[in-house]
Amino acid sequence: MKDSVTNKNIKLARTLLLVAVGMFGFGYALVPIYDVLCEWKWIQRDRPDDIKKAPEIAYKVDVNREVTVEFMTILNESTPMDFHAETKSLKVHPGEYYTVNFYAKNKTNKEIKARAIASFSPALISQYFEKIECFCFTEQNFKANEVKIMPMRFVINPEMPEQYKTITLSYTFFDNTERSVKN
Amino acid sequence: MSAAVDEHDHHADDHHDHGPEKGLLRWVITTNHKDIGTMYLLFALAMFFIGGTMAMVIRAELFEPGLQFVDPAFFNSMTTMHALVMVFGAVMPAFVGLANWQIPLMIGATDMALPRMNNMSFWMLVAGVLLLASTLFMEGGAPNGGWTLYPPLVLQPITVGKALPFAIFSVHLLGISSIMGAINIIATIFNMRAPAMKMMDMPLFVWTWLITAFLLIAVMPVFAGAVTMLLTDKFFHTSFFNAAGGGDPVLYEHIFWFFGHPEVYIMILPTFGVASTIIPVFARKPLFGYASMVWATASIAFLSFIVWAHHMFTVGMPIAGELYFMYATMIIAVPTGVKVFNWTATMWKGAMTFETPMLFSIAFVVLFTLGGFTGLMMSIAPSDFQYHDTYFIVAHFHYTLVPASVFILMAAGYFWLPKWTGHMYNEKIGQLHFWLSVISVNILFFPQHFLGLAGMPRRIPDYAVQFADWNMISSVGGFIFGASQLLFLYIVIDTIRGGTGEKVSDEVWEDAAKHGLEWTLPSPTPYHTWTTPPTIVPTEHVLDSH
Repeated sequence: MKDSVTNKNIKLARTLLLVAVGMFGFGYALVPIYDVLCEWKWIQRDRPDDIKKAPEIAYKVDVNREVTVEFMTILNESTPMDFHAETKSLKVHPGEYYTVNFYAKNKTNKEIKARAIASFSPALISQYFEKIECFCFTEQNFKANEVKIMPMRFVINPEMPEQYKTITLSYTFFDNTERSVKN
Repeated sequence: MSAAVDEHDHHADDHHDHGPEKGLLRWVITTNHKDIGTMYLLFALAMFFIGGTMAMVIRAELFEPGLQFVDPAFFNSMTTMHALVMVFGAVMPAFVGLANWQIPLMIGATDMALPRMNNMSFWMLVAGVLLLASTLFMEGGAPNGGWTLYPPLVLQPITVGKALPFAIFSVHLLGISSIMGAINIIATIFNMRAPAMKMMDMPLFVWTWLITAFLLIAVMPVFAGAVTMLLTDKFFHTSFFNAAGGGDPVLYEHIFWFFGHPEVYIMILPTFGVASTIIPVFARKPLFGYASMVWATASIAFLSFIVWAHHMFTVGMPIAGELYFMYATMIIAVPTGVKVFNWTATMWKGAMTFETPMLFSIAFVVLFTLGGFTGLMMSIAPSDFQYHDTYFIVAHFHYTLVPASVFILMAAGYFWLPKWTGHMYNEKIGQLHFWLSVISVNILFFPQHFLGLAGMPRRIPDYAVQFADWNMISSVGGFIFGASQLLFLYIVIDTIRGGTGEKVSDEVWEDAAKHGLEWTLPSPTPYHTWTTPPTIVPTEHVLDSH
């Protein structure tokens, strides 16, 4: 009698331990699950490194609407660079194409790899902000002390709801020299 | 129904009983559920005072605007460590300690199902907490990015120093400890129950712990996974949360709160269980709605898995997400309301007396409900944008933790200490402790609602001058509350050493034996109990479910 209870206990403990180990795995499974859910129609959350290279389509320019686009440039604390946009903000008409130049300089005597990650505020407008050309599409290589002028060409889709008057687009340069990169 | 009262005659003269080992080694190698329960409880009490001291540092710094006593980094370490110590060192271990003591007594089992593992879970807890405490003395100080350990903040050198890996391994140890504890509790409840006790005869404390144990097994490993990802991101160049490498910091928040939300119920469900045990005894009535209590507990546990993102409404979720998490969260108010209703209905027309454990339990019902209401306010997504990361949140979760979990742990101490030690505590000092605590806890936390609504952010060592008055009042409440807890420490030590000298009966409280098996045992509880399982179990507590 006593033995059978002990056996039952050990068996149950083993099962529960397996559940715990399984849940540890589930924690990791949440990573790909998150990727999938972010694509869902109801969710459509942009991932920081989403690369959406849009084709250059001729939209009807909405000259009656004016949207202010502000540009922010940020360096992740360990990135040894200078980084700024040629203008702090730009008044644009939805449907019209614009090009803004960004300047970046490698302040070190070594070659570095850096990656720019875009972020929008308000976040939900990112789907209307179409980039034709951007330095954020790929990792950038900087030779020692190299200065780069990087054009970013974009259009605001005229379907963007009227309520948005100001959009802030920020780029953060991350030093990726020592990191392995996904893709 | 009360036939079980005489049941202990059997084992009182069990001849093969042997006492505990002699000497200090007893505590290291013990596999006895009562010894381990005692160690858990005393350890939790010690951590309560250490975490409390950290809270005193926080309140002292916030007494006036400006920086007075500590530098901002250390202040942030204090808020981080206060949370970690209180959650993982005090509240959770205290409930595991209660489970160790009470579950075998309440279900008529000789001991926990896996006694050696039980010993191991306790000592792993000690190791984990020591590892965590060691970070206080490291270069760069203890972690100070908040107990949620959000990246990218927590991965930056300025917020971690050398402490991050130690904090993470500490979380691993604490996680393993609580998972082992949970496995033990489930095995005990399923396999070690007296044959006479059916599932729906079990006291609510046992039920709530059974459900809590499943929550622990389900979510502690997820947390362990999340912090492991932080570790590899920091030291092994993975990019789970690093945007440059294709990761997303928001993902961490999702994984963390998938653990974090059930975690808050891990701390509150056993609280419900103890309250449901104490209130009927002092209302001298069976618990109202036993079956609905069980189902409410199970529903809350289930819902806890599907509402996590209400902690992150401001993260930029799509509207569908905001709405879903808002409504799902509101639903939790239904089973919780059932519970509050049942406790109130249990007291309704009861022949109530107001001994210290009952006073703490009544304060719990009232003040926990207040904390629940502010929770409901925050569940409304558009309003939450105003409350997010302010002192309103701090007020909310402290109402659900301090005058709820902590009060109920104290109530449990007053309620069961006489049973465990055979000595009565000093009722006068107990009542003084209660009144000082209940008044000061409200002076401490109620003004924080106002501060939060006025816009004072969390986790700041300095603040704008318009917040000065309420902060000062809150700090005064904090100091009184902190000092009052020394009375509790005194009472615990005094009761263990003999208390009032009054010999307590086996029942301790009038007609308690109708409510639970533990009151049919002798006082103090013998070292070995239920070597013969009880044949009749009291059913007063489940009266209206049959």
